[in-house]
Amino acid sequence: MRYVLQRIAFYVFTAWAAMTINFFIPRMIPGDPVQALLARFQGQLNSDAIESLYVLFGIDKNSSLWSDYVDYWGQLFRGDLGLSFSAFPSPVSEIIGEALPWTVALVGITTVISFLLGTSLGVLAGWRRGSWVDGLLPVTTFLSSVPYFWLGLLAIFLLAGPDSFFPSSGGYEGGLVPAWDQYFIPSAIQHSLLPALTILISSVSGWILSMRNMMVTVAAEDYITVAHAKGLSERRVALSYAARNALLPNVSGFALSLGFIVGGTLLVEIVFSYPGLGFLLFRAVGAKDYPLMQGIFLIITIAVLVANLIADILYLLLDPRTRKEG
Amino acid sequence: MSEPVLEIRNLNVDYGLGEQAVHAVRDVNLTLHRGEVLGLAGESGSGKSTLAYGLTRLLAPPGVITGGEVVYHPEQGEAYDVLALSDRGLREFRWAETAIVFQGAMNSLNPVHKISTQLGDVLAAHEPTMSAHSRQARCREMLKLVGISPDRMDAYPHQLSGGMRQRVMIGMALILQPQVVIMDEPTTALDVVMQRQILGQLIELRERLGFSVIFITHDLSLLVEFSNRIAIMYGGRIVEEAPAASLYRDSLHPYSAGLLSSFPALRGPRRELTGIPGSPPDLKGMPSGCSFHPRCPKVFEPCAGNIPVLGRPTTPDGASRSVACWLHPVVESVG
Amino acid sequence: MTIPTSSIDQVIPGQGAMAQPEEAKPVKAKRQRFRFVTNAKAATGLVILGVYLLFAVIGPWIAPYDPGARSSQLVAPPSPDHWLGTTHLGQDVLSQLLVGTRGVMVVGLTAGVAATILSVIVGVTAGYLGGGWDDALSALSNVFLVIPALPLIIIVASTFQNAGSTIVALTIGLTSWAWGARVLRAQTLSLRRRDYVEASRASGETTCRIIFFEIMPNLTAIIASGFVGTVIFAVATEITLAFIGIGGISNWNWGEILFWAQSQQALAQGAWWWFVPAGLAIAFLGTALSLINFGIDEFVSPRLRSAGKTKIKTASGHTVRMRVGFTPVLANSAEPHTHARPMPINLNGATPVQRTEEVNP
Repeated sequence: MRYVLQRIAFYVFTAWAAMTINFFIPRMIPGDPVQALLARFQGQLNSDAIESLYVLFGIDKNSSLWSDYVDYWGQLFRGDLGLSFSAFPSPVSEIIGEALPWTVALVGITTVISFLLGTSLGVLAGWRRGSWVDGLLPVTTFLSSVPYFWLGLLAIFLLAGPDSFFPSSGGYEGGLVPAWDQYFIPSAIQHSLLPALTILISSVSGWILSMRNMMVTVAAEDYITVAHAKGLSERRVALSYAARNALLPNVSGFALSLGFIVGGTLLVEIVFSYPGLGFLLFRAVGAKDYPLMQGIFLIITIAVLVANLIADILYLLLDPRTRKEG
Repeated sequence: MSEPVLEIRNLNVDYGLGEQAVHAVRDVNLTLHRGEVLGLAGESGSGKSTLAYGLTRLLAPPGVITGGEVVYHPEQGEAYDVLALSDRGLREFRWAETAIVFQGAMNSLNPVHKISTQLGDVLAAHEPTMSAHSRQARCREMLKLVGISPDRMDAYPHQLSGGMRQRVMIGMALILQPQVVIMDEPTTALDVVMQRQILGQLIELRERLGFSVIFITHDLSLLVEFSNRIAIMYGGRIVEEAPAASLYRDSLHPYSAGLLSSFPALRGPRRELTGIPGSPPDLKGMPSGCSFHPRCPKVFEPCAGNIPVLGRPTTPDGASRSVACWLHPVVESVG
Repeated sequence: MTIPTSSIDQVIPGQGAMAQPEEAKPVKAKRQRFRFVTNAKAATGLVILGVYLLFAVIGPWIAPYDPGARSSQLVAPPSPDHWLGTTHLGQDVLSQLLVGTRGVMVVGLTAGVAATILSVIVGVTAGYLGGGWDDALSALSNVFLVIPALPLIIIVASTFQNAGSTIVALTIGLTSWAWGARVLRAQTLSLRRRDYVEASRASGETTCRIIFFEIMPNLTAIIASGFVGTVIFAVATEITLAFIGIGGISNWNWGEILFWAQSQQALAQGAWWWFVPAGLAIAFLGTALSLINFGIDEFVSPRLRSAGKTKIKTASGHTVRMRVGFTPVLANSAEPHTHARPMPINLNGATPVQRTEEVNP
């Protein structure tokens, strides 16, 4: 339990650090970006938006940095991430709220599948060295070096098209209303297949490789020899002894590399115009919609932190050594 | 002498293949008799652990067995060659007939499973018809036998001390009542008090349960005390084999003499401690002839050229011992 | 492409799975460094990387056209004039790729150097000084590790009005040092407790001297692997940034080529020559860097080397696999390998019988 509390404290600290970075980034901008923005959105911004812009960018010469910082946190706690420029006057939180479920479903599910699949293949590759799975390694190395978004482009080029089963863009058929019904759900699944496949193919190889290396390392441990000496079945030795121990570093690796993975998967959304956070971020960058960008960054960070915490708890359940005795 | 339980015949073990191969065990012949404790001593790199793992095919790659037989005589039924068993047959043979207590108790237990799980999966693998309840009872009984309170059943390895872990390993080795227990440096990681305590306990258990032991160690003083017969290995070969008392009293091979003079006598007259000059041979570049000759204090002209054969010496007690040394003509080769 | 299987010398005990010491020992460093280049994976990677570096230098000179020059051949497929076809403005794709190589490599390497310097400073300091420094610096690197880097880089880079390649490189460097720092800290911590470091400390050497002469040489492999890893990440990130339209305007970064291909409907027009070559260029560069890293990994931890020959023939003609737990039995006969005749009874013990060792089959 103490371990979990420690981890939670660390994640709270990280969240604070991320939000503080978020607070300072606009203040590093050379020149006077707000004036440029105000000029661009002349007449479109009401006084509330200008006010939040001031807090966001710290342009208000009359207030100190500290009071800006306090105001910033005040806004955050109210769930107020400011107003979007590009979709003015919608609040950023509302826009993100619409995009978030798409990303959670697509990226979350495919990342978990990729981890499970890659780990299982890695167990095979590491246990039976020299088998067909080893032949996959060069291929997977190459695939993991391909940028996610380029693989997406290729997938669209090769598999999608006017007559294809796979739609090349969007999250669902135009004209459908998002709802839990028999029209919308199949359409959403159909639209997510190609992006999911892209993410899966480019991310699975990393897991195969790291699990293989862990299996190879663990296979030389004494307790594996003991397990063989005990006359246990090959399956039992491979899974309950070797894979069970090799999994531990892979789970903590999963937690640590989530940040990297999520970054890559967001790009896939852009290629497929998938209505998630990645595509939203892309549009926000294009429109220089700073409040939206920062909001997305915060949400992604928090999501990654939560996922990290889950991975930590999983690790805790898997490794008795981290558990506190009685 | 009682009947044999395990006969190793001309066992050869290499690391690697072809030209690059390193011959770690060469033409080893050794017989373990029912109920005895056979000590196997030698410096590190002499091939004693390779021999122990090789005879049950437990060596990790790149180890390969390049020849030999390991004939096992079960209590009832025909003798068979362990090296010729199928994978399935070998799995059934392992632990049920020959169990091993490994070097380094620290890493012999799987860190993520409870003691009870690791004891129990032996039973589950070898006696699949046993109920979960009787498995638990058997595990508890074994722990009690080696002096561990059964309420530690649900402990994880990291919650036990080194001595307790080694006791668990001994209990695990005995759980199927094997005929042969191989102990590979079972106590080196423990302090001296714990060493004696555990070995004493083991000898007592052997008398009660009647299994045979191959006891591997570099510590010849332990063997003199605890074993019936001692075989000395050097450079992958057995250079001398004799009853413990004869070996201690008058060893024939200069290497055995060197090993004996590297620890003080517990009883009897004082001796000078000399040890052996030089270092164990590099298996990759083994000296010609008798591999001990570069370090041997009694080296003479045939030693460098030819390998001496292991055979019965012409000494009065020659029938009960064997030696491979040019100093001692032999009447009959062993194996 | 295939990764050549390693030679048999990798299965000698002392280097295979049975080998105990895995850390590079200071004495052997020179010989082992030479061995590293002989690693097939690392060698392949280094050769490919060399080709890229060559193009980075000579690319702009050998490019057949000005990458920005328009022509009348719009979206033309590959032809003798334009080996990799043209874009929507009739620009030559091959020239864009060749000219772009330099920018990609410069940004990747700059970011790699920046991140490596940071990771060494943070990691070694934390590992060596310990205590409060360690806690603070470890917390800092863990924070940077879990914060999703790409969105952060996107936001920082897009905050600048016109982010040039220097800014992009430095931003990537500043956000991607944490992984290396973490690994270096752990290794420094373990090195610090080694006898030879303790000995230098006891003999009163300065902290600086110990760090630079006793510890750093033993971190070379880890620093190198961290550097290569960061370059992989940096290349991927800069290309991503260019692809979504941030930074690197008109230096023909490959991401930019993909950006135009995507925004000008190259997919819908079936203009594969527009985006396939750039993607392959990225993929091969990434593969080369990964191979170098695998080489370093195997060099540091010999267990990971490919198993060498995994299938072997027994005397009876069967093929068996080398595997843990079931040592292969090549020949199963009680025939001795060294033929030695029993010594005839010779009570004088004077003339030993000639016995020669036979070479094992």
